[in-house]
Amino acid sequence: MTETLLDIANLHVRFGATTAVAGACLHVSKGEAVGLVGESGSGKSATILAALRLHPADARISATRLTLGGQDVLTLPQPALRRLRGRFAAMIFQDPLTALNPLLTIGTQIAEVLTRHRALSRADARGQAAALLTQVGITDPARRLAQYPHEFSGGMRQRAMIAASLAGDPALLIADEPTTALDVTVQAELVRLIAGLQRQRGMGLLWVTHDLALMAGIVDRVVVMYAGRVMESGPVAALYANPRHPYTIALLESLPRLDQGRGRVLAGGPPDLTRPTSGCVFAPRCSARMPRCVQAPPVFAAGDSHVACWLAAPAGAEVAA
Amino acid sequence: MAALSEASGVSVRYGGVAALTDVDFAVSAGETVAIIGESGCGKSTLGRTLLLLQPPTSGNVRFRGEDLTALPARALRQRRRFMQMMFQDPYASLNARMTIGETLAEPLVVHGLATWRTARPRVAQMLARVGLDPGVTSRYPHEFSGGQRQRIAIARAVIAGPDLVVADEPLSALDITVQGQILDLLAALQAAQTLTYVFISHDLPVVRHIAGRVAVMLGGRIVEQGPPAEVFATPAHPYTQALLAAVPIPDPALARARMATAAALPAATPAPPNACPFVPRCPAARPICAESMPPLRDIAAHRSAACWLNEVPA
Repeated sequence: MTETLLDIANLHVRFGATTAVAGACLHVSKGEAVGLVGESGSGKSATILAALRLHPADARISATRLTLGGQDVLTLPQPALRRLRGRFAAMIFQDPLTALNPLLTIGTQIAEVLTRHRALSRADARGQAAALLTQVGITDPARRLAQYPHEFSGGMRQRAMIAASLAGDPALLIADEPTTALDVTVQAELVRLIAGLQRQRGMGLLWVTHDLALMAGIVDRVVVMYAGRVMESGPVAALYANPRHPYTIALLESLPRLDQGRGRVLAGGPPDLTRPTSGCVFAPRCSARMPRCVQAPPVFAAGDSHVACWLAAPAGAEVAA
Repeated sequence: MAALSEASGVSVRYGGVAALTDVDFAVSAGETVAIIGESGCGKSTLGRTLLLLQPPTSGNVRFRGEDLTALPARALRQRRRFMQMMFQDPYASLNARMTIGETLAEPLVVHGLATWRTARPRVAQMLARVGLDPGVTSRYPHEFSGGQRQRIAIARAVIAGPDLVVADEPLSALDITVQGQILDLLAALQAAQTLTYVFISHDLPVVRHIAGRVAVMLGGRIVEQGPPAEVFATPAHPYTQALLAAVPIPDPALARARMATAAALPAATPAPPNACPFVPRCPAARPICAESMPPLRDIAAHRSAACWLNEVPA
């Protein structure tokens, strides 16, 4: 059996009256790339912040299971948690300018991770940092290490952040919309870079995004969230070719494509997360709504696919959760 | 037909940096023209220059035939009613301390079309037209979602009845399902009040479906222009080809196949002066490309491109 790096079962995250995540399940195995897809308010960011216990102090969190590398994230003492972050699971963010320190050179920031997590000497760390920059496609690494983040272009900065995230040699890389603000050509190169690094290093990858198009070529499995719940999850080929949840269908149909139409418009907006509902959260916008949708559907499993929709309840399917 | 908005021979320099170099660009009434290209290519500068929010260093900018660069400040302010800008981030472009009612009434008051009091029914009507509850006038921008804020920004841009709206990446901060809704709204407003849109974007699939014409910019110049269906089917400039090759494909098998085979596009580096700006990255560059910038020339009906490959036989 493959090693499970991140395992989340029945996660709930609440801020005040808002239920950001309600019963989410998610797991990433060694060498596996998982896409976590959702729009604003879907709970995808709250889920990954909880996975690293980086959530705000006022968030209330509960889960049947929340483990990183087999360790219980919610009860782990701070020092062990810090070792886990960066060393076991590293994260790259949408905006490298907020993640990189503007006052430190790129070299210093990468070397810091290396000396902290890998106990390298300063000279060794310097050499390793240069090697990492080369790995992420930055030429002339010796000169680049001495530069500050503002001297890098957006794409180069993102590459530098990827290099820093790899410095701890993580088993799991969590990428939170890492290419959103970048040009399409730069975006394509970074996607290719991250996919290549993931394969070479055998890392687990959790790619968090709102963009179903961008991740299609790099993930093995997709988890679709909406209003704090997982609507559907399954192998990427099956999910794109034969989406089963009406929300997944609507998301895919809303993508404008070069070779096809402008995409269909999904009317309405997500529900108010301060008002709990006993029915399906997507029902108010769903074109396939049925009377029984006033009751929240369980998760129906068929092989590797899980769908939280009554439509997926044919004979033979079993209730997974 | 006379152009509604026209830039002729426009150059913009910031300090020693050329943001636009000798650009000719015209938009007819009722058209939707998209400008695409990477960050720093000059697409936003061109959009701002059309509205004279960015004065050109040289060249003319005309609106309804009138040279805006020659107008006194007061006259220019009066023309602003008819040309509006819409921004990417409605949170940054809306005044956080103004209520929605004030935000929408302000253009009417500034242009003398109403007083704060008499603007109210028009504000309510405008809110309804952009799909918002007319009762929200006393609320503030932070109380709205990103999509709702973009609707407010759109309402503000069109409430004074402009002819020309320059929209700078109006969708890129929005969720995919919200993008579709906003595109529908922009189309409905265009039909209702004969708006002309200049749509600055990096999203080629969206441009393909909403624009009648697309201008591809690179290094402060237009390098290709034409109807998007044709330009995207048979791109005449290697940079347009590179842009198209980078468009994400929402199909796992196709996306994987392309990632395995597509050649990496080198990172952007500065080109020599007078050279084609794509020369450092161009897979098809020839010696002449490093020596002189190819002119933008007609290559077919309604299509033009600035690439030596289209002119000089190999």
